[in-house]
Amino acid sequence: MDNNNIIMKVENLTKEFSTGFISKEKTVAVKDVSFNLVKGQVISLIGESGSGKTTVGRMILKLLKPTSGTILYRGKDITQIEKKNEKKDYYRRVQAIFQDPFSSFNPLFRVDRVFDMLFKSFRKEEKNRREKIEEALVNVNLNPDRILGKFPHQLSGGQLQRLLIARALLLDVDILVADELISMLDASTRIGVLNLLVELCKKNGMTVIFITHDLNLGYYISDTTLIMYKGRLVERGDTKKIYEKPVHPYTKMLFESIPEIGTRWSQEEEFLPEQVAYDVRDFYQQNPGKGFVEVEPQHTVLFSE
Amino acid sequence: MSENVLEIKDLKAYYRILKGDVKALDGISFNVKRGEILGVAGESGCGKSTLASALMLRKPPLKYISGEANLLGTNIMTLPEKKFRPMRMNNISIIPQYALDAFSPTKKIRTFISDLVSEHGIKPNRKFFEKVRERLEMINLDPSTLDRYSVELSGGMKQRMIMIISTLLDPDFIIADEITSALDVSSQRFVANMLVKLRDEKIIGSSIFITHDLSILYQIAERILIMYAGHFAEIGPTDELVKHAKHPYTRALIASLPQVGIQYKDKALEGIKGTPPHLLNIGEGCRFRFRCPYKTEKCEKTPEREKISENHYVSCWNWRETMPKGGE
Repeated sequence: MDNNNIIMKVENLTKEFSTGFISKEKTVAVKDVSFNLVKGQVISLIGESGSGKTTVGRMILKLLKPTSGTILYRGKDITQIEKKNEKKDYYRRVQAIFQDPFSSFNPLFRVDRVFDMLFKSFRKEEKNRREKIEEALVNVNLNPDRILGKFPHQLSGGQLQRLLIARALLLDVDILVADELISMLDASTRIGVLNLLVELCKKNGMTVIFITHDLNLGYYISDTTLIMYKGRLVERGDTKKIYEKPVHPYTKMLFESIPEIGTRWSQEEEFLPEQVAYDVRDFYQQNPGKGFVEVEPQHTVLFSE
Repeated sequence: MSENVLEIKDLKAYYRILKGDVKALDGISFNVKRGEILGVAGESGCGKSTLASALMLRKPPLKYISGEANLLGTNIMTLPEKKFRPMRMNNISIIPQYALDAFSPTKKIRTFISDLVSEHGIKPNRKFFEKVRERLEMINLDPSTLDRYSVELSGGMKQRMIMIISTLLDPDFIIADEITSALDVSSQRFVANMLVKLRDEKIIGSSIFITHDLSILYQIAERILIMYAGHFAEIGPTDELVKHAKHPYTRALIASLPQVGIQYKDKALEGIKGTPPHLLNIGEGCRFRFRCPYKTEKCEKTPEREKISENHYVSCWNWRETMPKGGE
């Protein structure tokens, strides 16, 4: 792969949270996670709640400081970015959209405010603001006359998420962290938002980190898939390869539980989600000292801790 | 005893607010057979959760307008609260949507259960907890969980616990309202299977499983009911409905589901344009007509329910004309 296309390198990323006041207890949320982000790709980060997928996203967004490991954005360590205008530059390029569109907007203000604030902090010199906004809205299939001037409660969740994508378009976004972007939207509307996201990603050379627990959606949009389990990255690689030949017991269990229309779950043996913890332990014990192994080109699996 | 545990006939329940009526449940009819799991699907605002509250709670602003809901032969919609109260948990029970928040954070689970069943006139004695323990073992939860606080349990464990509590009194009929929505795929599979198991072991009689996720319904439901904006759209046996759907909405809904094997790169799926109509003081007519590509003048009138086959009904004037040519 062309090295110039890698815009972010995440290396041995670890995050520990300590709780308690006097006797500190440590929780390892993310452990030793490494991956690269390639320009114009959609990468899905999949895992169950508590697997650390959101924590990874938050570290990339500089909302959390890694305990150890590095995140290099275009060759620069992002933890070193501390000066105000350097930070601003970073946020001009790396943005996020979260799960609940209603909490991204202040209910007391019209939705236009997100654009006003954007221009105020990032593009003060911009003259044709209205034009730029309208252009971005049209790009996300929204009718500016129907959207601008409205309050958040007057719009639907799908419209608000599109609006946030339009906002990201006004900045020259390189990396967009989409954390459960569409899980609050209905089946019939979410496909529209997803299609839009991928289309823009390809057109503008934007990289999307799609954090989700929905495996069907992950397959649908992503080029690369990262599977996380208990803070570890357990399987990583080309989406089609991983879905066709999962190796890690956790990934296998996950794929066996996908509800699919037209195929019923196997009822041969009783399904217990707890069982996977034992399966993973056995798997690691059978392969001592192996660590990460490339099982085929663009498909890497964690064989032991 | 009749074959149907629940018979709903032309049920209407509106949210009465200052501006008028929000017609969230407007003339729904269906039956639930003994021993059956009926799936109810639709997008947000289609009235599926209103259906649950209409049957269980009937609290303002939700107001019962007309129609019948016969549970074991008694119309529970007109039953005074005093008479309905003993039926709760015994005959009809609900696993609510926000079950994960249902526990009190300051009480141990054991205390929570004791308090709850005492309300329903059952002594929480040793014999009773023996039964609770059996049920917990059945679903692979350690009985020691009873002496824990709810915050110590994971989402999946809480959902299982709630399901056990809601079905302790072996209800004839249970409403499962979005019980898998907040869970991870593996817990979803377990919880959905658990509902089937409770039915197979005859702990619950029948159930309606309300969800927005058609693919889960495909796994466990015998029949599926599709609702749209408070109206009935289609009902049919699971395989027939999924493979030979007649209503344009059902077909669009199924077509919009991403599945492993389909990637955007190869084939982009299509969603449904637009959003469901506002139900405040909504008038006559098919409610899907605002988004339906096959809309005709006829659609200004509310469509009648049409029989396709033994258990398959659809409410659409034009379904015949809208079917793709060459196939069914």
